[in-house]
Amino acid sequence: MTDTYRWRMVRVALAVIISIIVIFPLYWMIVVAFSSRADLLGGELRLWPENLTLANFERVFAAFPVVTWFGNSTAIAVSVAIITVTVNLLGGYALAHLRFRGSTVLFLIALATLMIPVQVIMVPLFGLVTGLGLYGSYWAVILPTAASAFGLFLARQFILAIPRDLIEAARMDGAGNWRVFTRIILPLSKPLIAVLFFMSLLQTWNDFAWPLIALKQNALFTLPIGLLYLQGQFGADYGGTMAFALINVLPMVLLFLVFQRYFVQGFARSGIR
Amino acid sequence: MTAAVGLGAGAAAARSAAPGTSSEAGARTASPRRRGRSRARETLAGYAFLTPNLLLLGLFVIVPLVSAVVISFQRTDGFGTGTFTGIDNYARLATDPVFWRSTINTALFTAIVTPLSMLLGLGAAVLMNSVLPARGLFRSILILPMAISGVATALIGVLVFDQNNGVLDKLLKFVGLPAVEWQSGGAAAFASVVIVTLWWRVGFNMLIYLAGLQGISPELYEAARLDGAGGWQRFRFVTVPLVGPSSFFLLIMNVIYSFQVFDIVFVLTGGGPQNATSVLVTYAYNNGFVTRDQGYAAAIGVVLLVITLVFTAVQWRVSRTRDLVD
Repeated sequence: MTDTYRWRMVRVALAVIISIIVIFPLYWMIVVAFSSRADLLGGELRLWPENLTLANFERVFAAFPVVTWFGNSTAIAVSVAIITVTVNLLGGYALAHLRFRGSTVLFLIALATLMIPVQVIMVPLFGLVTGLGLYGSYWAVILPTAASAFGLFLARQFILAIPRDLIEAARMDGAGNWRVFTRIILPLSKPLIAVLFFMSLLQTWNDFAWPLIALKQNALFTLPIGLLYLQGQFGADYGGTMAFALINVLPMVLLFLVFQRYFVQGFARSGIR
Repeated sequence: MTAAVGLGAGAAAARSAAPGTSSEAGARTASPRRRGRSRARETLAGYAFLTPNLLLLGLFVIVPLVSAVVISFQRTDGFGTGTFTGIDNYARLATDPVFWRSTINTALFTAIVTPLSMLLGLGAAVLMNSVLPARGLFRSILILPMAISGVATALIGVLVFDQNNGVLDKLLKFVGLPAVEWQSGGAAAFASVVIVTLWWRVGFNMLIYLAGLQGISPELYEAARLDGAGGWQRFRFVTVPLVGPSSFFLLIMNVIYSFQVFDIVFVLTGGGPQNATSVLVTYAYNNGFVTRDQGYAAAIGVVLLVITLVFTAVQWRVSRTRDLVD
């Protein structure tokens, strides 16, 4: 009895220690974002803000087009999520319910593309994007990012689990594939759509390597690229950098906490990030 | 269950698809001609539904992949068309110390990060699966880093690990430990990349293990307890084998992630000091977009791809042997 009690205390202590380790860097980002420059330069250890100030945010907003960058991130992430979820759902339906020659091979090839790091294809991809006239627009990031089999597997698995009888019954009533897809598959796939949409949104919002290559104009930057650019300009001005990091991080953290169920499902089932 | 979702998933999918097709054909007893016509229509519909996804993948992944291989045999200056130089780029790689350094760093990073994130993830998952007050809150905290962008994560790392005025060195000094030169020391810089990566990635490993643990029936633990197994034995002989599929899946995901680690290295250390943290993807980026040696960058990319393919092939073989054994 006392033994189980002691073990429970040990477990609680462990959980608290681990949580502190995980939370501390985020806490520190917030402290620094709201601390004055003078406080940050002090040599002694101080674990909480002395004088709360918004000066870092004012400096960042005055020097950089933060609102534009925020808008760019939103436009790109939402566009990618819409496109990729749409094509994954369509493809998932074909792979789950239509039998045709080559479907397995195509599916395997699509899955294999998930292993290819963007750094392997970045040189020709940049040439391609330029050649297509996409360079200098959002599309330079949106289309290559939306080209993903991410979600294709999940969509296929989910749609496979929809009872075949429902589909056969609709077929009997003379419904074609498009009708089956829009009237039966889509309404039953709402949880799947939510999972895929949030996963794609999160991934694109945080994406770095390709936007770094494809977005050279300041006015097109997404938040992570803007963050790196700002750090390059501000150098050791940690207050300003962390204030902007907070702006980058906060929307997804809030979304993540509110819709945690969907993210957890998505990560647990797909494991792709 | 989760293990079926990774890259080994292809095999499972192919296998499960086959029986479905045959029973399907048996169930439909329409006349051969009608069946032929409806099959043609089904094929057409199948391709129509799959085309948008395939078109995007083909144009923005497969086509660049093929040309990356072609470019890797060329010498290019800037973005003009290159001239074929045979295996010159690859010959250069063989004698390039920075390339070897980057390859060794990539392997070292993979060999350290993969087992550590799995061990810590499993430990955290067992903890979060046990009786614990405010379990939901703890779990939310542990997976929170998954929502943070790689750039922000790395910049928080820059802030915390700053060797001049960083909070970590101040904490170390406060508890009486010597401060560490996280930027100027090669090994220390490498360690900082590993630590930041673990902070970012352990939550994901925990999540997968948690899903695996929740599939284990409590009766198994009860049976083990009745047989006199202690806490460690129950963990060793019940938990570890039964989360095998999760471990296998995580092994693949972690290795592939580690081969491609970019954000953290690029922002936290930039590959320095003196290439001590340079990895293949950052070296490829530097060649392709900083020094503009595109053919050379493509060759590095191809090497990375070959390493990934070899690893996947080995994993595929192992997973098939496992399937046969089970």
